[in-house]
Amino acid sequence: MAVDLIKERYTSRVGEVVLGATADEGGTRSHTITIGGDSTMPFLRFEGEVPNRPVVAMEVVDREPVEWNVALREAIGDEIKDPAAWAQKCVNEFGADLVFVRLQGADPDLGDAGPEACQATVKAVLDAVKVPLIVIGCGDDEKDNEILPAVAEAASGENLLIGTATEENYKTLTAACMVHKHCIVALSPIDINIAKQLNILINEMNLPLSRIVSDPTTGALGYGLEYSYSIIERARLGALGGDRMLAMPVMCTAGYEAWRAKEANASVDEFPDWGPVEPRAVMWEALTSTALLQAGAHLLVMRHPRAVSLVQKHIDAMMKE
Amino acid sequence: MGLSGLDIYKQLPKKNCGECGPPTCLAFAMSLAAGKAALDACPYVSDEARENLASAAAPPIRLLKVGAGETAVEMGDETVIFRHEKTFVNPTGIFIEVGDDLSDEDVKAKLEQIKGLVFERVGMEYAIDGLALRNVSGDAKRFLEVAKAAQALGKPLVLIAEQAVLSEAAPALADDKPLLYAATAENFEAMTELAQKCDCPLAVRGEGLDQTAELAKKIAGLGHKDLILDTGNRDLPQAISDLTQIRRHALKKFRPLGYPAMAFTTADDPEEEMVEATALIAKYAGLLVVKADQVSQLLPLLSWRQNLYTDPQKPIQVKAGVYEVGEVTPESPVYVTTNFSLTYYSVEGEVQASKIPSYIIAVDTEGTSVLTAWAAGKLTSEAVAEMLEKEGMGDKVNEKRIVLPGHVAVLSGKLKELSGWDVMVGPREASGIPSFAKSKFA
Repeated sequence: MAVDLIKERYTSRVGEVVLGATADEGGTRSHTITIGGDSTMPFLRFEGEVPNRPVVAMEVVDREPVEWNVALREAIGDEIKDPAAWAQKCVNEFGADLVFVRLQGADPDLGDAGPEACQATVKAVLDAVKVPLIVIGCGDDEKDNEILPAVAEAASGENLLIGTATEENYKTLTAACMVHKHCIVALSPIDINIAKQLNILINEMNLPLSRIVSDPTTGALGYGLEYSYSIIERARLGALGGDRMLAMPVMCTAGYEAWRAKEANASVDEFPDWGPVEPRAVMWEALTSTALLQAGAHLLVMRHPRAVSLVQKHIDAMMKE
Repeated sequence: MGLSGLDIYKQLPKKNCGECGPPTCLAFAMSLAAGKAALDACPYVSDEARENLASAAAPPIRLLKVGAGETAVEMGDETVIFRHEKTFVNPTGIFIEVGDDLSDEDVKAKLEQIKGLVFERVGMEYAIDGLALRNVSGDAKRFLEVAKAAQALGKPLVLIAEQAVLSEAAPALADDKPLLYAATAENFEAMTELAQKCDCPLAVRGEGLDQTAELAKKIAGLGHKDLILDTGNRDLPQAISDLTQIRRHALKKFRPLGYPAMAFTTADDPEEEMVEATALIAKYAGLLVVKADQVSQLLPLLSWRQNLYTDPQKPIQVKAGVYEVGEVTPESPVYVTTNFSLTYYSVEGEVQASKIPSYIIAVDTEGTSVLTAWAAGKLTSEAVAEMLEKEGMGDKVNEKRIVLPGHVAVLSGKLKELSGWDVMVGPREASGIPSFAKSKFA
C-alpha cells in the first residue's frame, strides 16, 4: 500500500540572519554564521528546506561566576577566570559554534565595570577567537544603555549579535546597532504578541528585519519549558504563514535557565531519589536544549561542555543527509 | 470528531416511524449528534449504516491500553499535531528494555533498580511505566521465567520475541495484557491469532510507512484492532518523519494508520539516548522503549514528558497553604506568592537559594501568576490577611514581617492595616529574592 506523504505547503519561510563579518566585510572573523531560513517546521526535510544547521553558542562571563554550580565551574576549568581564555576553550575544545559574552561585571552590584572595561573585554574575546560573537549586557537597563553602545562602537564592523532589547528599553541599543552595523536580540516575556510588537518597534527605527534575532524567553525543563515550546512553535507557524514580523530566527538561553533549576543544583543528600547532581544537571541542560530544537530554536546558548557535545551530536544526527 | 446531524440523517432509514422516540428521523439524527440518543434505539437501521456511522464517529487515533489493572498505560486518542491547538492527552508510555540473557541475579538487581525509579518533584510522583523484555536467549522457557519474575513489578510488559517464542510464552502471561511485539509481513497471521486468543494488544512492525499501513489494514481485517505501529525505521530523522506522517494521516482519518505509534532509541550511551528520547516524545511517540535506567537520566526525561503533556488551558497548581523551606525557626521571614505551580516553584527555588529558612504562603489564585491574579482580584490584601490568620502565622514567628511580590506593592498599606503585620515589598522577579534576603534577613 503506497501511502502518499502528507506535505504541508507553507507560503513563506523563516528569515535569515548572518552573524559575524570576515575581513572582506569589514570584520575580523574567520567566517560568518547564518541562522534561520527554514521553510518547514523543525527538521521536516521531507516537505521543506532547513538550509542552515541550528548552532550552539557557549556562555562566557566577564567576571568569574563564583555563584555557578561547582560541577559546572570544574567542567569548564581554570579558564573560567579569564573570558578570553574561557572563550578559546569553548571554541577549541568544547565545540561551540559561537561565543556568548555576558557583561555581568557591569552590574552595579557585581563590580560596576564601566564602558571602557566592557570594550576591553569584548576586544580581548574578539582577539582570542575567530568565531562570531554575541554580547549581552548586565540586565540593568540604565547601565546597559551606557556600556552596549560603547561596545557596539569599539567592535564596529564585526557584526555582533547584541542584546538585550526589551519592549521597555530598545531605542538606545537599536540605534547603536544601526550606526555600527550589528544585529540585535529582541527579548519578549513568553508572549507572542509582545514578541511581534517588539520586532515591529525595532524595525520602525529602520533596523532591517534581517538583523533581528528573537529571544522569546526560555523556561527551563520543569519550569515552564512547555510555554516556550508552544510559543516558538506558534511563532514558526506564523513565519511560515507569511507573518514577517514573527519570522525572526529564535535564540534560547537554555544554559542560563537550566542551571537555575533546583534539579540542576540540589544535592543528592537533599533529594536522595533524584540521583547524583552533576549528570542530572547536565541532562537538565541537554534535554531543555533538545526540546527547544524540536520546537524551532535556531541558536542555543549553553554552558556545560558535556551538554554541548550531546546537543551538537544530536543536531548532526538530525541534519544528516 | 463528531458527525453533524445531517451526516447521520443520510445514513438513517428515513421512515419517520417514531419508534426510537423522536417523531422523525431528522430529529433522531439531531439527538444522536448531540450525544443524547443511541443508535440502537432505531430498529430499522441497516448494518451497513451502522458500520459507516461507527467508523465515522470513531476517534482518529484509536486508544490502546497496555497492561491490566491500575498500572495499565493508555496511549493514542490524540486529536492535534501541536499542543497549543488543544492539548496532548495520553503521555508517552516509557518502558525500559531488559534482556532475558541476564543471570537470575542480574535480573533481580535490574528489577530492583527499575522498581526504585519513582521520584517526586513539584509535588508530583514520576515513575517508569513498564518493562520491555527482549528475548535474547532464544529460549522460550527462559523468556517466560524472566517475564514471570518481571510480573512481580506490577507494571505492564512489552514482550519482544519471535513469533514461535511468543506463542509458547504469551498465553501464560495473557492476564496481564502485555503488548506482543511484533506482527511482521512474515508472521502477521499467526501473531494476530495469538493476540486474539490472548486478548492482548499487538505491535505492528513494517518495513517503512507503506508496509506498516498495509499490515495494520490486514490485521484489522482479521478482526484485531488493539494495535500500535512501528515503521521499523530507527534512524532518528526518519523515525520522526514517520511518526509525524502517522499522526497527520491518522488525524485525516486514514484508518490504516489510525493507531498510536511506538519508537525505540538507538544510542549506546544512555545520555545520548535520553536526547533521542526527548525528540521522539516531542514528536508523537505513544510508547517509547529505552535502555537507560539511572535516575539522573530518567528524571529529566519524565519531567519533559510531564511538561509536554500539560494541558495548555489548565495551569498546574500547588495546594494553597503554608510551606516551609529549610529548617524554619521563629526568626524566619514569611513570603507571599500565588498557587500557580510555576510561580510557586520559582519562588521556592530562589528562597532555597537564599539559604535563609523561610515560610512561603501560597494564596489560592486558581493557578494564576502574581500579576494575573492581582488583576483578576484573586490576590488581594484580604486574601493574604485571611491566610495569615487562618494558618496561625502570628504564633509561628516572633517578628511579624511579610514579604509581598514587588509587582503587588500596591497591596502593602491595606494589608498592614488588616493584618497588623510589617509589610515588606520584595523584588518583582523571584530571581531577586536571594540578594533581597541577604540584605534584609542575613
